[in-house]
Amino acid sequence: MASLRLADPALIPIYEKVKEKQRLSAADGLTLFQSSDLLGVGYLANIVRERLHGRRAFYIYNQHINYSNVCVNGCKFCAFGREAGQEGAYEMTLQEICAKVEARLHEPITEIHIVGGCHPTLPFSFYVEMLRSIKALRPEVHLQAFTAVEVAHLAEQNGSSVADTLQTLRDAGLGSLPGGGAEVFSTRVRQALCPQKLGPDGWLSVAQTAHRLGLNTNATMLYGHMESLEERVDHMLQLRKAQDETGGFLSFIPLAFHPQNTALDHLQGPSAFDDLKTLAVSRLLLDNFPHIKAFWIMLGPKMAQLSLCFGVDDVDGTVMEERITHMAGAQTPQGLTRSQLEALIREAGCVPVERDTLYRQVTEAAA
Amino acid sequence: MAETASLEARLAAGERLNQEEAQGLWDLDLLTLGHGADRARRRLNPTDRVTFVIDRNINYTNICTSGCRFCAYFREPGSPEGFVLEPEALEQKLTELKDHGGTGVLLQGGLNPDLPFAYYEDLVRQIRGSGLGVHGFSPPEIAFMFRRFGLSLQEVLARLIEAGLTSIPGGGAEVLADRVRRQISPRKCNSREWLEVMAAAHESGLKTSATMMFGHLETRAERLEHLFKIRDLQDRTGGFLSFIPWTFQPGATALGGEPLGAVEYLRTLAVSRLVLDNVPHLQVSWVTQGPKIAQVALKFGADDFGSTMLEENVVAATGVGFRLSREEIKTLVRQAGYEPRVRDHRYNLL
Repeated sequence: MASLRLADPALIPIYEKVKEKQRLSAADGLTLFQSSDLLGVGYLANIVRERLHGRRAFYIYNQHINYSNVCVNGCKFCAFGREAGQEGAYEMTLQEICAKVEARLHEPITEIHIVGGCHPTLPFSFYVEMLRSIKALRPEVHLQAFTAVEVAHLAEQNGSSVADTLQTLRDAGLGSLPGGGAEVFSTRVRQALCPQKLGPDGWLSVAQTAHRLGLNTNATMLYGHMESLEERVDHMLQLRKAQDETGGFLSFIPLAFHPQNTALDHLQGPSAFDDLKTLAVSRLLLDNFPHIKAFWIMLGPKMAQLSLCFGVDDVDGTVMEERITHMAGAQTPQGLTRSQLEALIREAGCVPVERDTLYRQVTEAAA
Repeated sequence: MAETASLEARLAAGERLNQEEAQGLWDLDLLTLGHGADRARRRLNPTDRVTFVIDRNINYTNICTSGCRFCAYFREPGSPEGFVLEPEALEQKLTELKDHGGTGVLLQGGLNPDLPFAYYEDLVRQIRGSGLGVHGFSPPEIAFMFRRFGLSLQEVLARLIEAGLTSIPGGGAEVLADRVRRQISPRKCNSREWLEVMAAAHESGLKTSATMMFGHLETRAERLEHLFKIRDLQDRTGGFLSFIPWTFQPGATALGGEPLGAVEYLRTLAVSRLVLDNVPHLQVSWVTQGPKIAQVALKFGADDFGSTMLEENVVAATGVGFRLSREEIKTLVRQAGYEPRVRDHRYNLL
């Protein structure tokens, strides 16, 4: 019966493994990526998705704050980062950050997502104060803040270990870490695109240190630039191994590369087939990650909706003000309302579930 | 459950679906529908070819008495924003199209009461004179002409063919269910007339396409009603070359509302492929769906990428602004594992 659904016979042994809940290999991952049977790959991913989540699809009512774009890393795939003093460089003051939070106190926001660059001069106390001030204004909100790259940078600013730095940030209100800055773990790619940035070992070490402290994190992969399919599979398997060890990853978020306004603007960015396969393959390889998220800001609402039929169970949030992807030419809207998100999910045949950062259902009363 | 399984078996066997079975398609999940539609596509179009045409949409007038509530393009007669295309401006557009390697024009316009019949004949002659094909005049325009000029439907078609008309676009079909038409386009030809014009065109030797604009007031059952009307006529005449479903874009229209999403578009595309077992080609609508969903649509039954649309005004008037060049279309097709091929409006490969 299942073979009726697979146009590519190479997928049948993988189907057998999926059915038996066996772990897939790197070779399986590559076979999936190389198959032209897009619907077959989606079918396999959907088996796993349904097993884990049924038809539920998650979203969150969140707010993004990109506190500064000043960054010492100068990654070639980035349209957001600026050197200090360069045109377009900005840093928000604590007052400005608080004003953004205050402006939306009447909305049922459950998470504030805070990401910036690796700022060369802002003192560690700025970050601690930022978390404290936001928590003072909105004590019940969950702060998902600072990628592993920023945390390693802050530890350096702080002159302290990653563990101590995370502990201090947690005491100030940090709830979890977003998954950014992982890019692709391949040394070859990082040499070419982001040689200054925290490397794969450092990134995984920060994430695992957070897990050991009881902080959950996410993980991302920036794809569709110069990385090979093997390098994508390897990235996912490194994450799977780390998750086996510490278990703190909540979701995996493949990020579609947006070339506009970056040093790589001669590239095209990933195709729709590439987007859907990457999401589906990650659902199949990352058997120990609870959630696969399609970040609609990067994919667009139409592709995010479609991805719910290709292994994805989370479409991220309402957002409202996002700078990083929009500076790279994203044509997507700045925000989707709750009813737009729910309609998008329902039309895909799924049941919308509003979640908090830790994937607990937000009830009407709490919202 | 048993019904779903037997429907899937019928799809696998490639058997013709009746109305009741087609209704059951809506209960299948998206990927099952896509899988069935892809097999149907392979039966009708066994090669990996995906075709497209290099053309432009020339609108000869935006003045229209139809006043359809889904349209953001038209202007009432007397409006200062109304226009009628003059021969000089047309010539410029034709030259530009030929410079881009174009082979034909998609020619459509509003129902403008101030134009004489000779205007339409001259338009066609001028375009043909420049060596380009004319894929022109949707059924509502032809129905408007025979009423307005006291000619028979056959006479209108004969005179346009005499002037050089090469094929007819399938526009103005919207949804061929009169309950819907009475609400969204009460002054436009009804579904029987739309089909009569197409039947007469096929009988006079013209090939045509058919469209469906959905995602407004119609039910899924009414979409099926539309598909079965097309299939029945095609059984009689065989004159439809392609079917082009696309979603209503509510921006700047009287009807308004939220646009349908990508999943419902792909489901409807797949259902179209499965029901219309006698229409050879199915076209993606990148102009309403964008390049990514259009690419994915190639796995949901479509084998044609439409056209480069060097010029497009009607959808653009709703604020939806996707544009694709010939090279971009080729890249999208290749990335999906297919071979892009340029065709003319009659689906001859070039």
